[in-house]
Amino acid sequence: MGFLAGIPLELWIAAFLALYMAWAIGANDVANAMGTSVGSGALTVWGAILVAGIFEFCGAFFAGGHVTDTVRKGMLDLGMIDRDQLIYGMLASLASAGTLLIGASRFGLPVSTTHSIVGAIVGFGAVAIGLDAVNWGKIMQIVLSWLTSPLLAGVIAFFIFQITRFKVLDTKDPVAQIRKLGPVFFFFVFFIIGLVTLFKGLKPLKLDLDLSQALIGSVALGAVGAGLGIFLIRRVQLGPVDERHRFSQVERIFVVLQILTACAIAFAHGSNDVANSIGPLAAVAHAVQGMDLGSKAPVEPWMLAIGGIGIVVGLGTWGYRVMETVGKRITELTPSRGFAAQLSAATTIVLASRMGIPISTTHTLVGAVLGVGLARGIGALDLRVVGKIIASWVATLPIAAVLSIFFYYFFRGLLIP
Amino acid sequence: MAWIDKLVGKSPIKPMQKHMHVAVLCAREVLPLLEAMATGDDEAVRDRRAEIDRLEHEADQIKHEIRSHTPRRFMMALDRRTMLEILDYQDSIADVTQDIAELADQRRMHLPEALKEPVLSLARQVLAACEQGQRIIDELDELVETGFGESEVGRVDEMISELGRLETETDAQLDRAARKLFSIEEELGVATIFWHQVIRQIATLADLSERVGNRLRLLLAS
Repeated sequence: MGFLAGIPLELWIAAFLALYMAWAIGANDVANAMGTSVGSGALTVWGAILVAGIFEFCGAFFAGGHVTDTVRKGMLDLGMIDRDQLIYGMLASLASAGTLLIGASRFGLPVSTTHSIVGAIVGFGAVAIGLDAVNWGKIMQIVLSWLTSPLLAGVIAFFIFQITRFKVLDTKDPVAQIRKLGPVFFFFVFFIIGLVTLFKGLKPLKLDLDLSQALIGSVALGAVGAGLGIFLIRRVQLGPVDERHRFSQVERIFVVLQILTACAIAFAHGSNDVANSIGPLAAVAHAVQGMDLGSKAPVEPWMLAIGGIGIVVGLGTWGYRVMETVGKRITELTPSRGFAAQLSAATTIVLASRMGIPISTTHTLVGAVLGVGLARGIGALDLRVVGKIIASWVATLPIAAVLSIFFYYFFRGLLIP
Repeated sequence: MAWIDKLVGKSPIKPMQKHMHVAVLCAREVLPLLEAMATGDDEAVRDRRAEIDRLEHEADQIKHEIRSHTPRRFMMALDRRTMLEILDYQDSIADVTQDIAELADQRRMHLPEALKEPVLSLARQVLAACEQGQRIIDELDELVETGFGESEVGRVDEMISELGRLETETDAQLDRAARKLFSIEEELGVATIFWHQVIRQIATLADLSERVGNRLRLLLAS
């Protein structure tokens, strides 16, 4: 027990809050990412939990480091902040984002964990320490990416849907076409995930590949994925031809592709959102251990693992309920639409994760779904939801900032020696 | 907390198809109605009218549901205004059928033997047009599924042309039935006017079905 007693109080609080955040992300957020797959019947509730559990963890562990670094030290000028200020601030940020999350789920508001943590860090940095302490350039880049990521996802989704439309759905034999094209999509997803993970990634495994090595590895991984795709698509039971629903057979194959993109979005979500809980924890841990604050020392693998485990536990203890509610409602999003939206959102999020930019999974998915809608692929989209999301987006930042300032002084009062 | 799920609203396509289905089911009742009128069985006519009333009411309810569930804030694959216009034409099919049944029951009209063949074959031709209209509306979900893809649009376009041909044929049948009617007008007396009205209303059903198709064609062209 001597080891445990040696851990300072600050780190205990940080670990507790970070675990809570990870748990909340798993409990609430993942259902957003996986809901479309459950609603369309591509995955059962427990299938979705299994997929999400595995791929959220992999995303967090293998590709979560970049965004975690940004949250940990990218948004503030650490040269201007002393050790204690950073500790109080990061604790305050976790507490603020956690409070917002409780409030949001209590009132059913679409609040993004990403936005609350960024708002919180900027809040304590700018007010409790000083405007100069905030790395405004980086913040501008992040806020800009909140606009560009749904936009980019929308554009990609539009084009992916156009591809499925011209190459598959609107052809003489859609089933034969998707059999040919399906493995290509499998290749693409595995390739992208491979590239993001391998290129200067895999730090947890002490592997550091350069671009050409990463490319070779990704192509190999993509080839494995394509093989898996051929195998899975061949196994699909097509069911009878129904003259009244001529696309039922091709949609059955899209179910397989949607399971693939569900995995991709779980991976992407893990790689981006784990930082919201682990970034502040890592900052506190480094400060407590007396390390150089702005150090290049990477996030330690055990932290990413804690984040990943927290998300999985949240999923298992609470997330399945949310997923069940979603699963009971029949979504109007058919597997081919869900596929297009998820593939583009996952690609966008994974790219952002690789660039170390924290973005909102939900917003990116909304952008992607709107992209498919603009291609006249979806019967009806309720634009009021978009309005609500934008409104809570705008409201989250100042509320998170104010809460974080409050908690900053609270923790300073509590912990000051 | 599943916001994507909430973003994707309830598509009006399935209810539109259901509505057309009920409207055409209602129109189909015209044949048994005419047959009951031919045998002079007032009781059977009243039964047919009750069934038509029931179906018309069902169509009405679906129509109201569609109207109240497609608010302006929806971004839809089908233009909202055009879709509601199509819905009105579909609904008129049930309404006009109801008008026919109402008159038949209230006036206790009996179909004269001489008119039986031309009126029934007019009705059959009209129903063929209505059923073609239904088949076209049944393609709406395929149109959305392919994102209004070129070949699917071409397919529906061909179906609409076929509907046009069917409607043209009903004009010939209408002409034949009307000529037969006027040839026995001395015998029928004032009933002639009402039979003329019934025949014209039956033909209107094909006309409405064609308008459904034509309105959809405008939507496809845009």
